[in-house]
Amino acid sequence: MTAWLAQHGDAVRLAMRRLASAPVNSLLYLLAIGVALALPAGGQMLLANALSLAGTTSAVPHISVFMAANADRGMAAEIESRLKKRGDIKRVQFLPREETLARMKANPGLRDVIEALAANPFPDAFVLAVADERPEAMERLAVELRQLPRVEHVQLDSAWVRRLDALLQLGRTAVLVLGVLLSAGLIAISFSIIRMQVLTHRTEIEVSGLLGATDGFIRRPFLYYGLLLGLGGGIVAWLLVGAAALWLRAPLGELVRLYDLTLVLQTPGTRDSALLLAFAAGLGWLGAIISLQQHLRKS
Amino acid sequence: MIRFDRVSKRYPPGVDALSDISFEVAEREMVLVSGHSGAGKSTLLKLIAAVEKSTGGAVLVGGQNVSGLARAALPYLRRRIGMVFQDQKLLFDRNAFENVMLPLSITGFPRREAAQRVRAALDKVGLSSREKALPVMLSGGEQQRLAIARAVVGRPKLLLADEPTAHLDADTAADVARIFKEFNHVGVTVLIATYAGDLFPGARRLQLEHGKLLP
Ligand SMILES: Nc1ncnc2c1ncn2[C@@H]1O[C@H](COP(=O)(O)OP(=O)(O)OP(=O)(O)O)[C@@H](O)[C@H]1O
Ligand SMILES: [Mg+2]
Repeated sequence: MTAWLAQHGDAVRLAMRRLASAPVNSLLYLLAIGVALALPAGGQMLLANALSLAGTTSAVPHISVFMAANADRGMAAEIESRLKKRGDIKRVQFLPREETLARMKANPGLRDVIEALAANPFPDAFVLAVADERPEAMERLAVELRQLPRVEHVQLDSAWVRRLDALLQLGRTAVLVLGVLLSAGLIAISFSIIRMQVLTHRTEIEVSGLLGATDGFIRRPFLYYGLLLGLGGGIVAWLLVGAAALWLRAPLGELVRLYDLTLVLQTPGTRDSALLLAFAAGLGWLGAIISLQQHLRKS
Repeated sequence: MIRFDRVSKRYPPGVDALSDISFEVAEREMVLVSGHSGAGKSTLLKLIAAVEKSTGGAVLVGGQNVSGLARAALPYLRRRIGMVFQDQKLLFDRNAFENVMLPLSITGFPRREAAQRVRAALDKVGLSSREKALPVMLSGGEQQRLAIARAVVGRPKLLLADEPTAHLDADTAADVARIFKEFNHVGVTVLIATYAGDLFPGARRLQLEHGKLLP
């Protein structure tokens, strides 16, 4: 066990020594990998922020039910009790027309217009929170509600939620595609770097073999080299994304404020960061494995 | 310890380096392999460590036919053999200590004990004061002795040396020869490919000529 650990320790140390022995090359490698990873990682960060934004802004979809203008309060009460009996409606909020009028009058721009009218133009209305918030379910419910007597209009407030949902879905797909493409790119980078490493250390590989080294022993430092490349590239990507988040925080906050939203762009969380580093290291390792399979047998 | 049974080796495209060679080397024996340049001395040593595979006959080392060994079994054969290569094959980006340490790292030897063994081996060949030196900083003779230290650090029962005294002045050559004799005295079987047979008086000699063993 200790011998095993010592051998892996030796391999890691050797890999680090090789990285350090050509510092300019190593830095450029790390930068290339880092930039490649920063794109999907940055996309993932924006997505995570968009998701939390969608979560905080009452993205809970509602259904608004408007009574006919000439329906009286008794009819409204009857509708209310029917709505409350339904299991697929979680909460019923009644908005009396007087209240709506008062609220609208509070808006100085509207007051004059409203006061010019003879009668209260607003009907009694209900705002419903539903049990099943999936768009199809809400659509079905709205169709049923339209059948209720004296109900003039049923409005689904889920349209923008759906739009946001579709947008986020698109974002997720884009990040995924980008991630897959650039992961393949990273494997390719690691592959060719390890190939050069194998060429550089030809003598060492040959001599180790002559002195009784197993394939495993010979491969180990190269695998760790690939792993360290990936890990280092992951760290570079993480720094790039973090820096971009801090840099974009003010202008993006300004932008969403125009839409009455607040957003403080967050840098990747611990889980996303750990995932990024592990993933990067894994890809570097994988590139090394494939490369060694191609290039070691010949020596 | 070693038995060649009608061994031949043909390199592609058709060079017969060895043909129909049979001999035996007993345990604790010291045997010289001599012959002109191109006679097949290096090839003979390489067959023993399975660096090359025979194209005919059987090469037995410790009762094991090494020309039929699977690739995965080779490392364990080579760990039992100490080899000094004609071109030494030192690693030029590692210092003397690290070069000698390599065989022990390969076998996963406990580190502290390994360091002691490395120092002992360097001391044996008179390089204990140069352990930090890179091979390029060593003279030809010192490099030769470093290669010997690396071959013996694992305390093999069998030592193969290919021209270990080439390019050395008479005194240094005698020094190197003495080192091999000492190993032989403590029970190591030694095979040396050399032109300088007179450095090893009393050793049995295998005389090669154009790949054939002279009687
Ligand atoms: N890898 C190889 N491929 C093809 N031919 C080879 C190879 N190695 C050796 N030979 C040939 O096999 C023959 C024997 O070579 P070997 O190296 O065994 O000779 P040697 O006795 O060690 O010579 P020297 O004293 O010059 O080292 C030579 O004719 C050589 O050209
Ligand atoms: Mg030779």
